[in-house]
Amino acid sequence: MANRPSEIYLDYNASAPARPQVIEAVAEALGDVGNPSSVHRAGRAARARIDKARRDVASLVGGSPAGVIFTSGGSEANNLALKGFRGHRLLISAGEHDSIINAVPSATRIPLLESGLIDLEALRRSVGEEKGPFLLSLMWANNETGVIQPVGEAAKIVHEAGGLMHSDAVQAAGKLEIDMTASRIDLLSLSAHKLGGPQGVGALILREGLDIAPLIKGGGQERSRRAGTENAAGIAGFGVAAGLAKEGIAGYGELAELRDCLEVRLKEAAPGIKVYGEGEPRLANTSCFGLRGMKAETLVMALDLAGVAVSAGSACSSGKVRPSHVLQAMGADEEDAGAAIRLSLGWASKAGDLEQFLDAWLAHYQRSQAA
Amino acid sequence: MSQEGSASRKERARPIYLDYQATAPTDPRVLDAMLPFFKEKFGNPHSIHHSLGQEAEEAVEEARAQMAGLIGADPREIVFTSGATESNNLAIKGAARFLKENKGKSHIITVASEHKCVLECCRKLEREGFTLTILPVERDGLIDLAKLEEAITEQAALVSIMAANNEIGVLQPSAEIGAICRRRDVLFHSDAAQAVGKIPFDVQELGVDLVSISGHKVYGPMGIGALYVRRRPRVRLIAEMDGGGQERGLRSGTLPAPLCVGLGEACRIAAEEMEEEAVRLTALRENLYQIVVGSLDGVVLNGHREARLAGNLNLSFLGVDAEELIKAVPQLALSTGSACTSASVEPSYVLSALGVDDEVARGGLRIGIGRQTTTEEVSEAATILIEAVRKLRAQAPKAAM
Repeated sequence: MANRPSEIYLDYNASAPARPQVIEAVAEALGDVGNPSSVHRAGRAARARIDKARRDVASLVGGSPAGVIFTSGGSEANNLALKGFRGHRLLISAGEHDSIINAVPSATRIPLLESGLIDLEALRRSVGEEKGPFLLSLMWANNETGVIQPVGEAAKIVHEAGGLMHSDAVQAAGKLEIDMTASRIDLLSLSAHKLGGPQGVGALILREGLDIAPLIKGGGQERSRRAGTENAAGIAGFGVAAGLAKEGIAGYGELAELRDCLEVRLKEAAPGIKVYGEGEPRLANTSCFGLRGMKAETLVMALDLAGVAVSAGSACSSGKVRPSHVLQAMGADEEDAGAAIRLSLGWASKAGDLEQFLDAWLAHYQRSQAA
Repeated sequence: MSQEGSASRKERARPIYLDYQATAPTDPRVLDAMLPFFKEKFGNPHSIHHSLGQEAEEAVEEARAQMAGLIGADPREIVFTSGATESNNLAIKGAARFLKENKGKSHIITVASEHKCVLECCRKLEREGFTLTILPVERDGLIDLAKLEEAITEQAALVSIMAANNEIGVLQPSAEIGAICRRRDVLFHSDAAQAVGKIPFDVQELGVDLVSISGHKVYGPMGIGALYVRRRPRVRLIAEMDGGGQERGLRSGTLPAPLCVGLGEACRIAAEEMEEEAVRLTALRENLYQIVVGSLDGVVLNGHREARLAGNLNLSFLGVDAEELIKAVPQLALSTGSACTSASVEPSYVLSALGVDDEVARGGLRIGIGRQTTTEEVSEAATILIEAVRKLRAQAPKAAM
């Protein structure tokens, strides 16, 4: 620890640190033995914990507890949602997460507008051509830009054409009010660690009355929709995180003030900066921007040396040097996309964190200008 | 009804946990190793451009090495999953589908007493057009190697036979199975959820190609497991979960760093303590068995007497229904069989596969002991069980009238 400066963590969309109450709940559940499928008392206690979490998670997004299928994370939830409807034609937006795109590589892509929003006209045209059963997958909010999609409107279009609507709400949940029932979403994906819960747990929530073919077969856990001994401790932590996130939603928008202030100051220093999704409905915590000519990879490493953790694009693909498909779908060329970095704030972020980021960014900027 | 008062009084104390094959308590050392990765070291292990991510990644890789070390594998042969069920699904469906698509092989072989999820996966493949052979087990729970040899056809893609049974604890002759599979050029998958960390398990010695491992059954956390995938000769799989391409494309999704670290620490502890622990548990188990058969008639031991996990006993008390017995002893946490199916009232299919009659199958009580089980607990449990069996047997004729 001594060999590096104190950490400023601005990468919440990659993984949010678990909240103390969550860690407590996980540690407590880990300390208790009991397979939730066992009928003895130890098993029943584990079962009760899971049922409580099921209610809390459903409540965060306006879903029904009976529709909650706990999974190992957001990627599994997305895979289950799309692969669970064989025989359906699949439509996805061009800005979806890799776990959607790669799960169904042959899916029809609905383009994004330059704003980052889905092209609803293109969606209308596309669903107009559908003859058989189909499913649209549209993320609630984008992991890279934070742009919030008009999922309710899209769902209306989809339902009128007789289709099903899935939304990957991994980034949106806990950051804005979500009501999957009111928005008429049939399937919704969640990840615990993106909202202050533990890694290794997520959920797919089905609307009432909808059924799905399991991806992982075996014992009858999760009403035979997802086999495997439940991650009881992780699920307990997820429930606590969901409860805390729900309480925090009302005040979550305040992060936008910090973010907007930062974006203004960045542009004052370098007017050429492009902020993706600017002026559009955006998650309060996310800022994705770049300055043409300033390579994101070098910048991210320089910031890390200065003790600030941000990311270039999404974490899943950040191991590989590949320009973001999301930004390209918004019309960015390879050089622009290769210059973009993502800042994402969260529950433990402070105004001072952004000050430190700005100092580090400016130092790198000035060095690159001098060179 | 008269015992209700004393039962509820007893129920207030923590029950004696005798269900280690369902799940094992997380070792406190494992929990200690995990906690920093929830607190200050919370990075996403795939965010390798900043140091918090790198720190998580390094810890995950160390855990991978610890996991590999326990089974004599190369760390690159370990794929982290969410648990043994996912590992079984990925191994069986992934390997079989690959071999069908690329080599035209369409035959899979498994055993009647396998874990439910293995059987489910095989049946799913059968519906996709595979030929499925389900081998019987002998009265002692072991397979007949000659029958395996006979069952393997030219079309055979995969043999899936568990290392240790989750209900009766019997240890299949994995090394012999591995040798047969090698000779006949068919992949060998071993569901070793109950075996790894309990008995010596070396992938080279056993000649296995795919091995499923569970975190919570080796005193690690729930929600994590692993699949060993042999590199030489290379075993190819079709992935079930696509996305960011983590785990060499075999299993996408953010790796849960704290859980990986927990599994790694659990493996490290198992590697160190397994041998001594097996001696201790065998003595406890034998002691329990001797007390019970010394005090009661009509006790049937299900599964091979010696070729079984040190921490497992499966007993049928003639004339006593196991569900009734479990209800009569709330001070003990016990199961009849697999937790996955324990809510159902069917007799155990594992016991039925042994060819025992319904009375024995319905009477099967699984007693699983492990790391936290003490000598005192075992003696106390024996006394409680014997008393309850005697009481139930005494009531039985009246009930029959």
